[in-house]
Parts: sequence; structure tokens; C-alpha cells
Amino acid sequence: MGANDVSMIKAAHIGVGISGQEGMQAMLNSDFAFSQFCYLQRLLLVHGRWSYNRMCKFLSYFFYKNFVFTLVHFWYAFFNGFSAQAVYDTWFITCYNLIYTSLPVLGLSLFEQDVNETWSLHFPELYIPGQHNLYFNKKEFVKCLIHGIYSSFVLFFVPMGTIYNSERSDGKDISDIQTFCLIVQTSLIWMVTVQIALKTTYWTMISHFFIWGSLGFYFCILFFLYSDGLCLMFPSIFQFLGVARNTMNQSQIWLSLILSVILCVIPAFGYQFLQPLVWPVNVDKVFDRINHCKTRPPQVRVRTKLKHPSLRRSAYAFSHKQGFGALITSGKTTKTKPNKKNSFPVKK
Amino acid sequence: MAMNYNAKDEVDGGPPGAPGGTTKTRRPDNTAFKQQRLPAWQPFLTAGTVLPTFFIIGLIFIPIGIGIFVTSNNIREIENPSKECEPYRRNEDKPIAPCGAIANSMFNDTLELFLVANESDPTLTLIPLKRKGIAWWTDKNVKFRNPPGTESLKERFKDTTNPVNWLKPVYELDPEDEDNNGFINEDFIVWMRTAALPTFRKLYRLIERKNDLHPTLPAGRYYLNITYNYPVHSFDGRKRMILSTVSWMGGKNPFLGIAYITIGSISFLLGVVLLVINHKYRNSNNTADITI
Repeated sequence: MGANDVSMIKAAHIGVGISGQEGMQAMLNSDFAFSQFCYLQRLLLVHGRWSYNRMCKFLSYFFYKNFVFTLVHFWYAFFNGFSAQAVYDTWFITCYNLIYTSLPVLGLSLFEQDVNETWSLHFPELYIPGQHNLYFNKKEFVKCLIHGIYSSFVLFFVPMGTIYNSERSDGKDISDIQTFCLIVQTSLIWMVTVQIALKTTYWTMISHFFIWGSLGFYFCILFFLYSDGLCLMFPSIFQFLGVARNTMNQSQIWLSLILSVILCVIPAFGYQFLQPLVWPVNVDKVFDRINHCKTRPPQVRVRTKLKHPSLRRSAYAFSHKQGFGALITSGKTTKTKPNKKNSFPVKK
Repeated sequence: MAMNYNAKDEVDGGPPGAPGGTTKTRRPDNTAFKQQRLPAWQPFLTAGTVLPTFFIIGLIFIPIGIGIFVTSNNIREIENPSKECEPYRRNEDKPIAPCGAIANSMFNDTLELFLVANESDPTLTLIPLKRKGIAWWTDKNVKFRNPPGTESLKERFKDTTNPVNWLKPVYELDPEDEDNNGFINEDFIVWMRTAALPTFRKLYRLIERKNDLHPTLPAGRYYLNITYNYPVHSFDGRKRMILSTVSWMGGKNPFLGIAYITIGSISFLLGVVLLVINHKYRNSNNTADITI
């Protein structure tokens, strides 16, 4: 496009330039540039749609995990005399957003797809949610907040109920602050992991690695931070000596963990199933149809070979000289090249 | 330039190539990673997945809950509430070992349990209470250490004084047993494991099980002798002495059992509700116009 279109491109939310015969001005000022106008279809319906999807999932999940993380302190305040005593180990607070939960979110925002590119192109209606701001708006944010409040409630009161006035299996202490911190931390990590697992609909090997790997990494770091060596070297910084070892072998801790995770996840799980059923939007019908087609692949029409007694070709032969008639009736000039199917986004 | 422009040129986003020149292609690689075609699993929540999940959760949780609840109820517990006492007194002082408010507030009541022989004969038999083995192994052997040295414990602590509220100095916590004196005294260690909630319990002593032929605490009348040193009146505190057995899930705590049963039942109910809803709406959806 020409230089007079530059102002139009700059004024738009997303300016797309097409490199062509009229110079590079438009391209240099645009957000996206490509060489053929038909690529716009893929840009919008496939990549644009995926990008919107990923962004919305990322945002709602990120807000959710931080709400759960923080609001537990609200519930604890009623029991610690409003002293702002933290429910987590200080190292956990540092590492939570940086190490334990960063990779899964990254994986979600890089690889997530709701439907693959073929279906995206086949059903342009799937683009409508982006236009109507359907996947992340004030209502979605409020849902996220409510889910976070509920999860933090469960995350605090289930461990509290477990250790309240209770002991270990050998009678020793279990209701100390360090054990409580450990239980709440571990339940939180499991809970947000299961939540992102529910949100991910496109599981590549990398997604598996990021999600389950982060969980395993949490346990490795946990045992490292609470090990004898480190705590004895820096006693004022690492104070949780022996807590992991002494607590993780108690079955009531694991039972409490399972209970809090299931309790948090059930509402989201049920809602995710119920919403397209009872309050469907147009997009849900499309998804329904896509899944219907996926589970029941269309009947492949068996092409019956047309049997000819002899291969007929239509051909006109004008012969001004002897010999060309044979060339034309041999059929070589009427054969068509087979259609090559390729899914390159660039090649036509 | 326009004449040399070739539609078959594969360069995108770049200037029209020079005639016959080899311009570097900026086409992204056709790998699965870069073209977003990675092999993937795409789960979709259908009625076939969600509904069985709810029922399975119900079916698993309810028996687990019943099991835990029954175990908890099998644990025998005897409670003895104590009365409030005189006001708390404080005075200021100097280098304290062990220092800090938590150490200062160490629990120092002593309890002794006696078995009354029978109605006619009032002789009291002291039940042996084990004072070691009540703290976490890692606390006792790794975290808490006495100051090093070969001289007596009293010598090692000679420049310090006992905390304001303590009756005896730290090296006299258990003069009979060197392994339970000073900072590694197990009562002290148990106290230093700070509680999370305002109501907590701590292990005071262990009563060792005798061999199975004799009951450890035979039925009869018992006499509890309390040396009441620890004042809790100032903050409306309460003290209780609890005699309890332990099991694989700890002390008597019906919370988990009840919670599992409740959540299992709710899950089961929700499963039924969702089944009904699914049946009703799935039928109406099938007949509705799905053409788009």
C-alpha cells in the first residue's frame, strides 16, 4: 500500500501493511507486514484469535493465583491477633511468582490453542468473542476474584482444621507455625497446578514438562531449603530445619492436601462443564459442532473407479501437416498436473 | 522496478528482489514448533468425563471419611480442665540465656499422675512419665545445641542469667540427665516450636506402653498432682491436661473425617444434579437449530 495509507495504519489499533509495488513506507509503519493480501485471513482467524485466547487465559489465571496466594493472610488475621504474621515461609513468598509458577503460565501463553488452524479457518464465527470482548471483561474479572476468595478460604481452613488441637502419629507437635506454613504452601502449589492443568486445552510435551516439572522442582527446592546443611550454615535466614522431613511422612497432611485441592477445583470443573450446557453463547455451539465432527469423522466417500472400456479423450486435431494428428490424439497435451496440497502459510 | 517484480518471488516483507539476485529468504522455518503444529493432546470436558468424576469423588471420599472418622473416634481422650490463678508479675533484667519472649514464656507447670491402689488402701503408685522423646528428632539433635566445651554446663553458662519468668536457670532444667539439660532440654525444645493458632496442644510427657498382658493404665481411680506455676489469667487463657492415645493419623481430630464425608456426599449430589441437567439440556440442544 502506498505512502498515503501510512496515517491510516498508524491510527488503527493494529495496522497491517502489505509490501508491494508502492514502496516500503506502509510496511515500516505497520504492526504486521506481509506480502499477499490473502494472508490477512490467517492473521486474523488463526493467529489473532489464538493470541486473544492466550492473553485472556493468561490474565485470568494470573489474577487468580495471586488472589489465592494473598487472601489467605486475610483469613489468618482473625487467628493471629491481626499481627500480620505470614502464613508462608519467606523464601516461598520470594520464589512463588518467580520460580514455582512462572513456567506453567509461560507455557500456557505460548502454546495454547482451543482449536487448530484448520478448524479456525473453517469456522470464522469463532472470531466473534474477540470482537465482543467475551473472554476477559469486568464480569470475568469478578468471577476470577470470587474464585480466588473461595480458594483462599479453603486453603486456610482445611489445614487449620487438620492441625487444630492435633498431633503427629507419634504424639509429637504438628500444630506449630512452621508445619502449618508448609501445609498451606504445598496445598497452594498443588491447587494452582491443578487449576492450570484444567485451563490448558492443548497439551504439548513442553506443557507437560513445564507444569509437572515446576511441581517437582518445588519439592526439590523445598527439601533443599529445609535441609540440615543449609539451615545450620545460615541459621537466621533458613529457619525451617527439618520441617519437610517431619511433616511429609504424616498421612493426615496428604489427606488434607487432597481435600483442599479437590474442594477448590470442583466448582471450576463443574462450571466449565455446566456453562456451555445451560448458558451457551454462540461460540459454544460452534465448539459443540467441532467436537461432534471430531468424534464422528465424516464418512469418507469411496470414489468408485469409473471403468471405461477404453480411455476416451476429446481432442480436436487440425493437421496442416502430416504427423501432428498423432501427437494430439495421444493425449499428452490434455493431461493436467496433480494438485499439490500444502499447508505452508507462505507458499500459495 | 515494477517491471522486474516477480509474483513468484518468495520473499515476504522485503523489497522486490534484484533481477536474478539471490535475496535471503525470511520465511519462518517449516518446523512443527515454529508453525504451531506441535503434537498435542486436546482434552474437552464432556458429560462423559465430568459426570463420572463427580461420582467417583463421592464414592472414594465417603469411605475414606468414614474410615478416618472411625479411627478418630477410637482414640481415647480424657480431659481435665484447670482453674485460673493469680495475676502475672514481671520485672526487668540483663543478659538472658535463652533470650526472647517465647523462651521467657516457657511453660513450667509440673504434672504427676498417680494410681490409687483401691478404695480401702489409699497408697498412690506413681505412673512413670517419660520426659525424653517428646521433641522432633531434628530439633533435638540438629537444630538445638548446647554451647560447646568440656566443662560443666553451669560453667559454660556462667555469664548469663535466666529469663525473667524462669524459676531456675537453663542449666538446671534437668540436672539428672546431661543429655536433657541446657538448650537441648526437650521441654524447652517443645515449647520453642511455636504454635500457629491461639489454641494449641503440646506434648508434655509420654506414657510408655507395657507389654500387652498388662494394661498401661488399668481401670481405677487416678490422682493428678499439678504444681501450678504458669499464670494464664492475664490473657484469659485456659489450660487443660489431656491424656490421649495416638494412631496413624495422630490424635483425636474428627475434622478430616467429617470433611471427607461431607465433600464426598456433596460431590455425589452434584453429580446427580448435573446428570439431570445434562439429560434435560442435551435433549433440548439436540433438537435446537445448530446451523450457524
